[in-house]
Amino acid sequence: MWSYFARRVAIGIPTLWAVITVCFFLMRLTPGGPFDAEAPVPQEVLNNLRARYHLDDPLWQQYVDYLVNLLRGDFGPSFKYHDFSITTLIAQGLPVSLENGFCALILAIVIGVPLGIAAALAQNTRRDYVISATAMTGIVIPNFIMGQVLILIFGVWLKNSIFHLPAGGWNDGAFANRILPVFCLALPYVAYLVRITRGSMIEAVRANYIRTARAKGLPFRLVVLRHALKSALIPVVTFLGPATAFILTGSMVVETIFQIPGIGRYFVQGALNRDYTLVMAVTILGAALIIAMNLAVDLIYIWLDPRVRYDQQ
Amino acid sequence: MTSSSLTSPQDAPAVQGRSLWQDAWRRLLANRAALVSLIVLTLIAIAAVFGPLFLPWSYDQIDWDHVEAMPPDFASGHYFGTDSLGRDLLARTLFGGRISLMVGILATFVALTIGVTVGTVAGYVGGKTDQFLMRFVDLMYSVPLTFFVIILMVFFGRNFILMFLAIGAVEWLTMARIVRGQTLTLRSKEFIEAARASGGSTPAIILRHIVPNVLGVVMVYVTLTIPNVILLESFLSFLGLGVQEPMTSWGMLINDGAAELEINPRTLIIPAAFMTATLFCFNFLGDGLRDALDPKDR
Amino acid sequence: MSVLDIKALDVRFANTDGEVAAVSSLSLSVEKGECLGIVGESGSGKSQTFLAAMGLLAPNGRTSGEVMFGDTNLLTADEKTLNDLRGDKLAMIFQDPMTSLTPHMKIGRQLTEVLVRHRGLSATFARDRAIAMLRRVQIPEPERRFNMYPFELSGGLRQRVMIAMALLCGPELIIADEPTTALDVTVQAQILDLIRKAKEELETAVILITHDLGVVAGLADRVGVMYAGRLVELGDVRQIFKAPRHPYTKGLLACTPRLDDATGGTMPTIPGQPPNLQNLPAGCAYHPRCPFIMDRCRVERPPLRPTPTGSLSACFLEGSPS
Ligand SMILES: Nc1ncnc2c1ncn2[C@@H]1O[C@H](COP(=O)(O)OP(=O)(O)OP(=O)(O)O)[C@@H](O)[C@H]1O
Ligand SMILES: [Mg+2]
Repeated sequence: MWSYFARRVAIGIPTLWAVITVCFFLMRLTPGGPFDAEAPVPQEVLNNLRARYHLDDPLWQQYVDYLVNLLRGDFGPSFKYHDFSITTLIAQGLPVSLENGFCALILAIVIGVPLGIAAALAQNTRRDYVISATAMTGIVIPNFIMGQVLILIFGVWLKNSIFHLPAGGWNDGAFANRILPVFCLALPYVAYLVRITRGSMIEAVRANYIRTARAKGLPFRLVVLRHALKSALIPVVTFLGPATAFILTGSMVVETIFQIPGIGRYFVQGALNRDYTLVMAVTILGAALIIAMNLAVDLIYIWLDPRVRYDQQ
Repeated sequence: MTSSSLTSPQDAPAVQGRSLWQDAWRRLLANRAALVSLIVLTLIAIAAVFGPLFLPWSYDQIDWDHVEAMPPDFASGHYFGTDSLGRDLLARTLFGGRISLMVGILATFVALTIGVTVGTVAGYVGGKTDQFLMRFVDLMYSVPLTFFVIILMVFFGRNFILMFLAIGAVEWLTMARIVRGQTLTLRSKEFIEAARASGGSTPAIILRHIVPNVLGVVMVYVTLTIPNVILLESFLSFLGLGVQEPMTSWGMLINDGAAELEINPRTLIIPAAFMTATLFCFNFLGDGLRDALDPKDR
Repeated sequence: MSVLDIKALDVRFANTDGEVAAVSSLSLSVEKGECLGIVGESGSGKSQTFLAAMGLLAPNGRTSGEVMFGDTNLLTADEKTLNDLRGDKLAMIFQDPMTSLTPHMKIGRQLTEVLVRHRGLSATFARDRAIAMLRRVQIPEPERRFNMYPFELSGGLRQRVMIAMALLCGPELIIADEPTTALDVTVQAQILDLIRKAKEELETAVILITHDLGVVAGLADRVGVMYAGRLVELGDVRQIFKAPRHPYTKGLLACTPRLDDATGGTMPTIPGQPPNLQNLPAGCAYHPRCPFIMDRCRVERPPLRPTPTGSLSACFLEGSPS
């Protein structure tokens, strides 16, 4: 089992390296540069800037330097915010995004999984249709509309009521400022989790061993919780990997709409400003997060399905 | 086992092929949600493709008499009113739908081509090839691909072709996995073995025997991918990376409308209604197709 | 007194494209300590008959008729009553031991939960009882197996676990749905032996569902033959083997290979296809395949009637119409 896990870690590292490499060369080889926007700059200044950021070194040298610095935890200087190192920016933004993403994920699981089970166990009844259709709404309505509508409702219309919530800003993570963004971030996952759990639960309840468990005279609720839930959770857990990628994308929207200083917004601004190092740093972090989450998923599998412990040696 | 004498011989799948599709079609039409979705989708598609030809205003034409957002007005031919620049909202919504649907379909086609190729080859050839291809797919799954789409759109400009190529390149992974799984189960079937025994070449067998038989799952997945792509396009529009003005798409219209949500909710609601209706229908249709093709879900 | 008494049982499934008549007006009963064999082709409704009795039909299944277990009509009993009976007085062993045990749960837990549910035993007591039962069904090293997952056991061992599970509470009736189909021949014999022992030692009534007439011959006292959801012949096992009455039973016997028959050649089969349960032929469902077909078989359905040998048969060859 541990060798299996170790092997998965060993696959993660080259993956990360591949992401870094592709990202690096993609940035350096594209037309246009970070200083284009700062229109008519004298050639001399430009040369100075290029020298300062080592952009005049040979490409392979830049690449090796970048990797070496990365190993030391240094993402290099920002091309845009000249006085900040990327590492500082990330150190500020990452915790914010992680907290929000984590809360959203937990919220989504707590709401989505039970709803999915409820729908599955009432398959093709009114309850099922209501839950499934609502879930579909969550998938179909884009995050950025939902965000803006929520702002309109809670930030503007309910301004003078007790339901008023700040329309944006972070306010050092005050609870009221977190509610709407986290909710908005969680909504699509609630929807996905409902769908996934519903499908897998329907499948799980159909298994032969569920019939065995019912033939033992166990109450249906117990049969579901004890015998069906674990296998129904496997697809849910599998979704956690992609969900991380998804939350990262979602945080771009949510952090932009709600003006939250997280890495999602940094990425968007960095991309629009062609701030190479910032964009790269966020991409690399994103990949690292997804890889870490996939490892966590592997660990959970081992708990959910004992066969993995033996099969995958 | 002594029981074998009592079980009836199974018909070969090739013989059943025809009626299998007919059955699925019948079951699909029996599913009310899927049937309604199919009709609505067809109507929206027809409206998006041909509608603009019959409207008095074109999508980029400014009505100088109404340069401010105007509520629906039949006299001037603005059936859904105009946007804040005095352009006809219905014309824009239909035209935007054309673009969104086109991006959705083209990108899905790219995903389909790559996914089916990789999936069938990996599943059918097996061995090292399979391992290599699936490792690659695994690896790609750990990459934040939307990031790369954004990077590409920023650095190479907002290029229409690049957009659906990039999106397609993101969406093929799941397709490849699903198709491979199907191919694996097909590979051991008798009619494939018969084809192999009678000397069919690998590409020929894949094209003639594997691909037609994975078509069912692929169709389900296609109907579920198109709405994903449309959503992704709207997300890019939100970031200002969608199609370029004066061209427009549902995503852009929604994003423009959202900016005026408070004063002019109509400019958000109309394109949003079209888009969500479309996405709903694709999803219901996909679910319906899946049930129709997989009758164990009685 | 009969343990289980089925009267005019119908089982129907609603499909998107119509209704499947899986079981139609089926009546039979099982006595205490008796083993009743049920045979028939795949799809003839054997499993659905007894799943209906257990209250374990798929959600689209509907029943009518009566299934009496003691004083309880199992078809109308509420979930609570059924749950009190299932696993305690009424046990079922399923066809496929590979998929019939919960894969992510240790064998031990799957056994003890029955005792906890029906006997309210504490964990340690339940454990001892379960291990004793594992030993009784001849599972080697029961203490070790107790802590294993199903996938760590062979098919034969798993089926033994299933039997142990069924026996734990000393049931009055065991329904064994093709308990040996998925196993190889030597293991089959051992499993059947276990069932026989259980029946003799505990005086449990057994219903043995199978494709395989050989299994029935060795174990059953009486046998019922099902075709297209109906009972076509019912009677003493020796009588039926010696002198089958219904043409379908004759056909079945003709294509059962005998142990002394060492041919590797083709086995005879009954020509034709089993009928479509959604669209049954009029008259006797067997008439399209019957070598003795008469005109009235196409229009009229023969009732189950006594025959000179003492068994019941649903065929117009039995004397004149009443
Ligand atoms: N949920 C369901 N919906 C529709 N039809 C069903 C359903 N379950 C079973 N059937 C049908 O009922 C018929 C009888 O099935 P049953 O399981 O009793 O057969 P069987 O005699 O046990 O066969 P086997 O020997 O293969 O186990 C079959 O034709 C089957 O297709
Ligand atoms: Mg059966």
